[in-house]
Amino acid sequence: MNELLQRKPGLRAWLLLAPSFLWLLIFFIIPLGIIVVYSFLERDLYGGVVWKWTLENYRRVFDPLYFKTFLYSLWIAFLTAFFSLLFGYPLAYYIATRPEKTRNALVLALMIPFWTNFLVRTYAWLTLLRTNTGLINVWLQEWGIIDHPLPLFGNTFAITLGLVYGWMPDMILPIYAALEQLDRSLLEAAEDLYASGWQVFRRVIWPLSLPGVIAGTMLVFIPSLGAFVTPAILGGGKRLMIGNVITNQFLGAHDWPFGSALSVLMMAVMLLATLIYFRTGGEEARRGGLG
Amino acid sequence: MSATPTTSTPSAGQHRLRHVLGQWLFHLYGFAGYAFFYLPILILVIFSFNDSRSVSKWAGFTLRWYEAMLQDRQIMLALWNSVFVAVVSTAIATVLGTLAAMALERYRRFPGRLIADITLYLPIIIPDIAMAIMLLAFFNLSGIGLHIWKVHFFGVRLAVPISVIIGHVAFNISFVAVVVQARLAQMDRTLEEAAQDLYASPWRTFWRVTLPLMMPGVLGGALLAFTLSLDDFVITFFTSGAGFNTLPVRVFGMIRKGVTPKINAVSSLMLGFSLLLVTLALLAARGREERKVGFF
Repeated sequence: MNELLQRKPGLRAWLLLAPSFLWLLIFFIIPLGIIVVYSFLERDLYGGVVWKWTLENYRRVFDPLYFKTFLYSLWIAFLTAFFSLLFGYPLAYYIATRPEKTRNALVLALMIPFWTNFLVRTYAWLTLLRTNTGLINVWLQEWGIIDHPLPLFGNTFAITLGLVYGWMPDMILPIYAALEQLDRSLLEAAEDLYASGWQVFRRVIWPLSLPGVIAGTMLVFIPSLGAFVTPAILGGGKRLMIGNVITNQFLGAHDWPFGSALSVLMMAVMLLATLIYFRTGGEEARRGGLG
Repeated sequence: MSATPTTSTPSAGQHRLRHVLGQWLFHLYGFAGYAFFYLPILILVIFSFNDSRSVSKWAGFTLRWYEAMLQDRQIMLALWNSVFVAVVSTAIATVLGTLAAMALERYRRFPGRLIADITLYLPIIIPDIAMAIMLLAFFNLSGIGLHIWKVHFFGVRLAVPISVIIGHVAFNISFVAVVVQARLAQMDRTLEEAAQDLYASPWRTFWRVTLPLMMPGVLGGALLAFTLSLDDFVITFFTSGAGFNTLPVRVFGMIRKGVTPKINAVSSLMLGFSLLLVTLALLAARGREERKVGFF
């Protein structure tokens, strides 16, 4: 046995991998397979499945009622990624250009909210945004700035804000990592060649930070598309995302095959987005980059 | 213009002013960014001390919401459930994830490497809602969902569904593996080679050289797993069945019923836990010689 292991390193690798691989095979890969199979089955009246193959669940996904929610979720995920990039990039740049000690402290300061419970962070915004009793509206009215409460809650604004708040560190950290490794002499070279501030950014800084931007965008887009807690709390029951519909199918309506079909489609969109983004992003980096 | 005499041409002075103004605005932006992250949390904590049922009108300082929290048996039970699930799932995930990291880092190319990579990294990428319903369907079909682990934990009687622990291990293995792998990648292999040259057995080399060297990574991975487990709401919510609460599941239920400073108090408690864990993670990271702050 020992001799066999000595001769075959692949066998040793798999021996070390076996426990975690088996765990994930049984409790992750097989469940994934079950969902895919379920999505092609019929439901029975008591919340179970009937072993009859059908494409009905996928047809229903494109029913306007559900498809609208799907498109709305894509829109929210897009908005979240967009605003996280818009506000997060300058912040990442700010952190990356500080002296080393400040920089490390700032990164740490970013990790603390990031390590804080997502539910707690969402609840914090609930107390701020609620229409009549939310802190922002109460204060703005007390100070006489507004007469009527602003529509801050139960809408696209509230959900997007909650998601940006929750996931923006995922955008900032990879961009920061890319910017931090940026070779300062390249910037000096560009300035010596009389490049304007904008040109330096567009032709040097942005292309070199692109790997971080791509990673960050995916890290924000994917969980936002699958959001459940944020729309459940900040959507005020009026605005649903695909994660809420899936939840309702599994815990409320007991239509598991349909819920499975929705999940499979959601994961397919995520996979597709990842592939497209990495492909175009890769080419952009090659074209715009220095190499 | 406050430029030095040598650069006192008007254009240089203007240039300098613009530079200073730009820097000042940049600082302001950085400050606003951090205010955005911290203010909501700060306000949440402040109103946990509010002597009123309102979480938007200040009515004086009180600790009564913390008292109410401590007397709420359901919250206390949920707290113990959370800690128990986190301890058990972290222990299992740390051992499995560390072994996997060693395999992936030490044996770079082996048959089936791609399959191993995909299986190990997919749980990180997949959203928790997808993982939650997958596990729900699996536990339902296999009947594992019905198994309850009855245990005395620090004198408290707990009844924990096995399915919750299994689910937590499943999403934590990958995170532990990533953190430990990062540590292994920057480890000095020559020390292990030296041990083997001195005829240390593979076991002895592992226990006396490899493990102590990668310990900061293992600790970092374990702390991350512990945090993720304590924080998880979605997967626990789906895999636990009715009647079993961890702290986040309990808080979600309370939020559904309305906003009270008691929720602020529980939230502040959870926040305190997070701060403690970040501090511990930082101490663990001190052991790393790496210059950069790691991703996790």
